[in-house]
Amino acid sequence: MGHSKFKEKMVHGLFFLNGLLVVLVLVGIFILLVAKALPAFREIRLIEFLFSANWNPTATFVAPTYGILSMFVSTMAVSIGALIIAIPLGIGAAAYLSDVASSRVREIAKPVIEILAGIPSVVIGFLGIVLVGPVIAKIFHLPNGLNALNGSILLAVMALPTIISLTEDALKSVPKSFEEASLALGATYWQTLVRVKIPAAASGIIAACMLGMGRAVGETMTVLMATGCSIAMPKNFLQSVETMTSTIAIELGEVPYNTTHYYALFGIGLVLFIITFAVNMIADVVLHKHQKVLK
Amino acid sequence: MKIKQFKEMVGFGILRLCVGMVIFILVIILYDIISKGIGIISWKFLTAMPKNGMTEGGIFPAIVGTVLTTAITALLAIPLGMGCAIYLNEYAKDTLITRLIRMAIRNLAGVPSIVYGLFGVILFVETLNFGTCILSAGLTLGLMTLPWTITASEEALKNVPNSYREGALALGATKWQSIKTNVLPYAIPGMLTGTILGLSRAAGETAPILFTGAAFYLPFLPKSLFSQFMALPYHLYIMSTQHHAISKVRPIAYGTALVLIALVFAMNLFAVIIRYRLRKVRME
Repeated sequence: MGHSKFKEKMVHGLFFLNGLLVVLVLVGIFILLVAKALPAFREIRLIEFLFSANWNPTATFVAPTYGILSMFVSTMAVSIGALIIAIPLGIGAAAYLSDVASSRVREIAKPVIEILAGIPSVVIGFLGIVLVGPVIAKIFHLPNGLNALNGSILLAVMALPTIISLTEDALKSVPKSFEEASLALGATYWQTLVRVKIPAAASGIIAACMLGMGRAVGETMTVLMATGCSIAMPKNFLQSVETMTSTIAIELGEVPYNTTHYYALFGIGLVLFIITFAVNMIADVVLHKHQKVLK
Repeated sequence: MKIKQFKEMVGFGILRLCVGMVIFILVIILYDIISKGIGIISWKFLTAMPKNGMTEGGIFPAIVGTVLTTAITALLAIPLGMGCAIYLNEYAKDTLITRLIRMAIRNLAGVPSIVYGLFGVILFVETLNFGTCILSAGLTLGLMTLPWTITASEEALKNVPNSYREGALALGATKWQSIKTNVLPYAIPGMLTGTILGLSRAAGETAPILFTGAAFYLPFLPKSLFSQFMALPYHLYIMSTQHHAISKVRPIAYGTALVLIALVFAMNLFAVIIRYRLRKVRME
């Protein structure tokens, strides 16, 4: 009996350690990124790194500069552009699927969204080059269509599944009594949806959009392939831009190990980590509020 | 009254348009890749080495590289993901630590894939000194897959009715015995399905393997887990942006894209079949 009790405790302990491992990985990512980025700031002032728009680490005749502001603005511009496309489309699709669609339409749409979510980002980026790019070039009379707009369109496609499925969940979690009360008062289904259900699900929908934003900010391959990648402060959506993720992807393979430039790229990774962490945490808090309100 | 109904009609029409648009996007994507990629697919394309600076030949090493990397990913993600899910669903009480673990899982799911790549470079390539190789890349992808595996596995465990656990406990079984005999057999199909779905996403990822082991051009198969390797997603990236004769190799790029999505979908289908078959066996 004592033996089996001991075994039980061992098993329990092992599973507990396994659970703790997840926390360890998250903390580990943060600590290792900080440790690797820190040496960069022996040479770069943090203020310059965050708020200067000059990124020229390979300058030979003048002092190299390490300002990530233009990449940060590019990342935000491309992501916000993506959300402008994906949010109305995603909420519209989710509302249709949760409130209007027949079960047959739902059965078609569900796998469609799952398949869309499963398409690798590199394939979406490839389509940005061969499909979306030429169309943009033709419409706006540009030499090529690799620019911020292209990136936004592709990121919208990638954020859509997240936004649709989470918004659908939020709408479904609105108690049936809300809907019934509204209908009983003589409102149409449309009025009920727009004035009762969507406001009631608002915080869930906001969380869905934020998670879509997090996904867009961190996406690498699509923006790397489709935005043209030239570092500059973006002035409009038809300009080539280079996001933080693209800069890491392009430059990490080329820089010599353990130089200031090398460490600075990990610094960009750290900034990315902090941004997405913050976005996720806020989404989390908003979502909790949503669940509490509905209870 | 009429205006109300008219508004409703227009409103629902717009929503229908949104769903139509989403379906249209997927159809365009699949149509373009299948119609332009199918022409180059042949037995030779799938089983030959690339030749002449990748302007001719096949993509065999890229397929092998992706399969091997995904196998390593599975070896890490399956036991650790299932273990964590078992802890959360069967053992954990609602304590601060449990909430911390859950918060960590949600955040890990949101960490950008390129950040996992950087983490892989620091931990596996440099600190553990594996170098850039299949092992480093597979382990990096494994960590990235963990949050998906855990969430899917926990979902499967939740679907096992509590009475199964109580039945075993009432007969004098210990907690672990009850999990082993009365919970896991019913949960494993669902756990496997979710895990394979996660693995299929890992197989299509590029950013985490960019600096942890994927190679530009290797016209031979990897010799060990410590070799660099070609991978389908990285090959597609190279063929569409980095190659010296991009327009000439466009058909190969399309073919690679088609093989990559076919592989991802095949894994998804496999997952669904596993769930279906194992469920049937249990029923009988």
